Amino acid sequence: MTSATKSAATRRPRRSGKKEGFRKDHRINWWLTAVVAVFSLTILVPLYFTIVTALKTPAEAGTFSLPTTWEWHNFVDAWNYIDYPKAALNSAIITVVAVCLTLLTNTFVAYAVARNMDKRFFRFLYYFFLAMMFVPFTVIMLPIAHEMGSLHLDNQLGLMLLYTILGLGSNLFIAIGFIRSIPVSLEEAARVDGAGTWRIFWTIIFPLMGPINSTIAIITVLWAWNDFLLPLITLTDQSNQTIPLAQYVFQSQFTSNYPMAFASYLMAMAPVLIVYVFAQKWVISGVMRGAVK
Amino acid sequence: MANARKKKVSRFSTRKVDPAFYWMTVPAAILVCIFLYWPFLQGAFYSLTNSQGYGSWDFIGLKNYIAMFSDSRVGHAYLFTIVMAVIITIAQNFLGLFLAVLLNSRIAFKNGFRAIYFIPYTLGVLVIGYVFKYIFMVPLPALGQALGIDWLSTSMLTNPDLAWFPIVFLSVWQGVAYSTLLYLAGLQTIDTEVYEAAEIDGVNAWQMFWRITFPLIGPFFTINMVLSLKGALGMFDQVVALTGGGPDSKTETVSYLIFSNGLGNGEYAYQMANAVTFFIVLAVLAFVQLKFFSSKEQI
Repeated sequence: MTSATKSAATRRPRRSGKKEGFRKDHRINWWLTAVVAVFSLTILVPLYFTIVTALKTPAEAGTFSLPTTWEWHNFVDAWNYIDYPKAALNSAIITVVAVCLTLLTNTFVAYAVARNMDKRFFRFLYYFFLAMMFVPFTVIMLPIAHEMGSLHLDNQLGLMLLYTILGLGSNLFIAIGFIRSIPVSLEEAARVDGAGTWRIFWTIIFPLMGPINSTIAIITVLWAWNDFLLPLITLTDQSNQTIPLAQYVFQSQFTSNYPMAFASYLMAMAPVLIVYVFAQKWVISGVMRGAVK
Repeated sequence: MANARKKKVSRFSTRKVDPAFYWMTVPAAILVCIFLYWPFLQGAFYSLTNSQGYGSWDFIGLKNYIAMFSDSRVGHAYLFTIVMAVIITIAQNFLGLFLAVLLNSRIAFKNGFRAIYFIPYTLGVLVIGYVFKYIFMVPLPALGQALGIDWLSTSMLTNPDLAWFPIVFLSVWQGVAYSTLLYLAGLQTIDTEVYEAAEIDGVNAWQMFWRITFPLIGPFFTINMVLSLKGALGMFDQVVALTGGGPDSKTETVSYLIFSNGLGNGEYAYQMANAVTFFIVLAVLAFVQLKFFSSKEQI
C-alpha cells in the first residue's frame, strides 16, 4: 500500500513533465459539463422558485416567472407572524449548545474506547455504543416522549441532551479510527513527564482531533438545526419552538398567503445556506472525511 | 496475528487501566441507557399491556401483536414503507453514482457544481418539503392543464394512486446529495494510474466503469445502500410535509402511523407493539443486507 503510493508520488512529477500527460490532465469535456449543468437545474430551479415566490403578491404566486412588483415586505410580515427572532434564537441556542456538548464529551468517550480496545470492558462498550446506530428513532419515539415529560426535560435543555447523547454512536464510529491513527508515543512521552490522562487528552489528543471535530460539528449542526421529529415530540411549550417546528405549526395558517409562507421558508433555510455558501469547501470535505474515515 | 495466537488464555490484555478512562466512558454509557436502551425496553414492556400512555393498565399478553396482524392499516403502512424504501434506495444510489462519476470526470467548474449538488443536504426536509408541496399543488397541475396531460392536471398529492410519487421525489431529491458525496469519496480513493494503465490496454469507458471503478468502490456501495435504506425506512418528515398520510391513509409510513396514533389517539401500547415489530423487521433487513453485500464483496 505505502510503497505503491510512494512510487506513484515519485513518478507523477516526471509524468506531468511530459507534454502529452500534461495535456490529458487538463482536457475539459464540455459535453459532460453541459450534462452536469442541466442536471443541476433540478436543484437550482426549486430554489429559484422559492425566492421568486417569496417576493410576489399572493395573486401572482404559482408560476416560475419573475415578480412584476418586488414585495420585500413579505419577509417583514413572515418575520413578525411566526416570531422569527424567537424561533431562530431557540434553534441557534439549541444547535450551538448541542454542538459544544457533543464536541466536549463525545470526543473523550471515543478516546477512552479507542485506547483500551484490548480490554474486555472497553471492547464491550465499543459494541454497546455502536449498537445505538441500529436502534431506529421510531422505535423509542413514544416512550422517550413520555420519559422527557416525566423528567421535566420537555424543553430546550432536554433537546440539547438528546442531540448530545443520541449522536454518540455515529460520532464514535467516525472518531475512533482517527484516534487510533494518532501515535501512542506522544501520550507516553507526556505521561513520563507526569501528565494525567485527562490532561493528556485535553492538551494533546483533543487539539490533534481538529479535522474530525469539524466533521462532527458540521454533521451535528445540520442535524440539530434542521431536525423536526425530536423537537416535535420533546418540546411541549409553544414558546420553545425551533424554526422547523414553527413552520409546521403555522403551515395551516399560511394557505391564504403563500408568498409570506415562502418568505418564512427562505428565512428558515437562510442561516445554514449562507454559512454553506462561504464555507462549502470546508463543509463538503468535512462530511466526506466522515464518510471515508 | 502471531501475537493473538500466543495469548491463548484470553484475547484481552491484563494491563491496568487508568481509572480516568472509566470516568470518561461509564457516565456516557449510563446516559445512553437512560435515554435510549431504557425507553426501548420500557416501550417493549408496555406493548404487552393495554396502556393508553397514561392512567392504569393491565397485562394483555400478545393481544396487541395479534391484533396488528389483522389490521389492514398497519399492513398497508408496512407495505408502503418497504416498497417506497426500496424505490428510494435504488433511485438514490443509481443517481448518486451517476452524478458522482460525472462530478469526478474532467468537467469545468468542478467545485462549483459539487457545491450546488450538495445544497439539498444542508436543507431541512420539512421546510423544503413545504416548497415542493406547493410546487406539486399549483405550478405542476397548471403545467399539466396547459399541456393537456390528464394525470398531471390535478394535484398528485390528492390522487390516491399518485400521492406516493412526490414523497419519493422529495426523499431522493434531498437524499441523493449525501449518496453522491459518499460515492465521490470512494472514487477519489482510486489511483488514476489504474485508469491510465487500462487506457493503454484499450479498455472502453463502459468496461472501465464496470470492471475497474465499480469493484474498487464496492465498500462505498455497501455503506451507501445500507444508509439510504435505513433513512428511507424511517421516513417521516416527507409524509408530514407533503400528504399528512393522506389521501385516505394511502401514504402512511410506519413511523408516521406510530407517531400520529401512538401519541394522539390513545393507542400507546398498540403502537408500541408496532414499533417493536418494526424494530425486528429492520434488524432482519439490516442483517440480510449486510450478509448479502459482504458475500458479494468477497467475489
